Amino acid sequence: MTVTESASSPSSSAGDEPFLVVEDLSVRFPTADGLVQAVTDLSYEVELGRTLGIVGESGSGKSVSSMSVMSLHDNKRAQTSGSIRVDGDEIIGISENRMRKIRGNRVAMIFQDPLSALHPFYRVGRQIAEAYLTHHSDASKREARAKAIDMLDRVGIPQPDHRVDDFPHQFSGGMRQRAMIAMALVNDPRLLIADEPTTALDVTVQAQILDLLQDLQRDFGSAIVFITHDLGVIAEVADEILVMYAGRGVERGSCKEILTHPEMPYTWGLMSSIPDVTGDTSARLHPIPGTPPSMLAPPTGCSFHPRCTFTDHVPGDLCVTQIPDLRPGGRGLGHLKRCHIEDVDAVYESEVKADLAWEES
Amino acid sequence: MNRCTDAKRAQIHESLGLDQPFLSQYGDWLKGLFVGREISFGPGFNIDCNAPCLGVSYITKEQVTPYLMSRFPATLSIALAGFMYLALGVAIGAFAARRRGTTVDRSLVASTLVVSSIPFYIFALMAYLYIVLKWGILPDTTYVPLTENPLTWAGHMMLPWAVLAAWNCVTYARFGRGSMIDSLGEDYVRTARAKGLGEASIVVKHALRSAIVPVITIFGIDIATLLAGTIFAEKIFNIQGIGLTALSALTTGDLPVISATVIIAAGFIVVANLVVDLLYSVLDPRVRLV
Repeated sequence: MTVTESASSPSSSAGDEPFLVVEDLSVRFPTADGLVQAVTDLSYEVELGRTLGIVGESGSGKSVSSMSVMSLHDNKRAQTSGSIRVDGDEIIGISENRMRKIRGNRVAMIFQDPLSALHPFYRVGRQIAEAYLTHHSDASKREARAKAIDMLDRVGIPQPDHRVDDFPHQFSGGMRQRAMIAMALVNDPRLLIADEPTTALDVTVQAQILDLLQDLQRDFGSAIVFITHDLGVIAEVADEILVMYAGRGVERGSCKEILTHPEMPYTWGLMSSIPDVTGDTSARLHPIPGTPPSMLAPPTGCSFHPRCTFTDHVPGDLCVTQIPDLRPGGRGLGHLKRCHIEDVDAVYESEVKADLAWEES
Repeated sequence: MNRCTDAKRAQIHESLGLDQPFLSQYGDWLKGLFVGREISFGPGFNIDCNAPCLGVSYITKEQVTPYLMSRFPATLSIALAGFMYLALGVAIGAFAARRRGTTVDRSLVASTLVVSSIPFYIFALMAYLYIVLKWGILPDTTYVPLTENPLTWAGHMMLPWAVLAAWNCVTYARFGRGSMIDSLGEDYVRTARAKGLGEASIVVKHALRSAIVPVITIFGIDIATLLAGTIFAEKIFNIQGIGLTALSALTTGDLPVISATVIIAAGFIVVANLVVDLLYSVLDPRVRLV
């Protein structure tokens, strides 16, 4: 399979800026119950060839923020502010006509549940060919079909020239997700957003899909934003990690750095709640107490404080009254965290490390 | 007043086959349906009833089947309105669904409720009264066969079509709107948008394509009812179709005609259900009949 350079995806025109830059992104939804503050002041960037993993619980704003990158929110219902630049082009406030040329072309998305994300009435090949034809108006249907077969082959569907005429319900779960990936990659996107692409799959298929994405990234050189709530998956695929909580980025840094020296109590909580298959079966897991806050009325101060068990390390009621900045901790500019605790390392070593089941083994 | 003697009563009883056991009567009727039979109205007064025989009218002594067949084109012409209100209703529904929650949507929903709360016979009578009799905008509505003069046929059908379409499309608009709102919220519509497809493609090829399936189910039954004869429409617009025939048979107690119209109506319902089921397998590839 040859990587054809699509005419509409010129190499970065914005100088040294990373391919995707998200700055101070806020997304709010006015509802009958009030304003839902789904995402607040979120910033991140992704370079070509790199993978950013976004982790967080349900409702932390992971999907909402990435839907904004595709400009898939209904402008009548969502209030978006800040800046999203894809290859130098500002996405927020872009006209629907210009966005249409970017969607599925320079930026593509893989969705969580491939059974509902593929149209049940159209053949798989036709759906892939449609994505190709949308951005290659001079291509014939025959070429688009050949391209669809080629892509199905590329993502490892056996007998692609036969399966191209199958309907989605004739595919297995893993094959559907492969078809979804083929559809997203058919126009050689420079940025791929994968929204929990493996959540609906069993672990064997999950591993295959993750390998596939990494192979494809090597071949296509795309930037990937990988959204998941599974730290195990993140550890495998991500170069950088962004931890989100209640619509905000709470910790950001390189994958290894975050996983080995987490500096934010929420990240500690996420890690302590991972079970260890080789561990002591009588040992108790350490789930994060409580539930994610309502985004209709987020807590004052640090949005994690109602669930945080480390607030006694912070003088006064700082956690309740003041939102901590996302700033570098003691480990340099590459590692940002949003927490008031000053002596994080000491707290981590003495109180947290022992709870990390996988850290001991 | 009782001019019916016992002897005459017994003779009628016999000629109608009422002296036979039930199964034998049914056998006679079935035989008539497939090979035809002879129906007796008394000594020396037999009428041949050709297959498919649905009986002979008590009043006119005519065979019911050819008589109903001659009335059928008028009913069929009216039934064409079904396709009009299906198209109109689904279009309005899809239009409203895309603007869900806006003033346009709300006023459309409100007006469908207003229209469907008017009884059909009032709606149709008023339309006939004003549009034909008072203002003369459209010609009178008596049925002219298509083969006689297509233009007059269409002209005369104009008002019945318009009235049926306007009154019935509101049901389809409401139903189509709901179905369309569901399908616009589906993940695969979001996928279509994420591919960079144009809005028209997204709405028609992806959303409407699946929204139409449940609508077809109601339409199947609806069109069968239309084909079985619409009594109100035929009576008000004076169109000599199956519905009007059934109505006059009811008032004169013409049993063979009544039973024939009921059988035909039942047949249409059965066939419509079958067609809808078959259509499902074409519309939705997940449904396979074998």
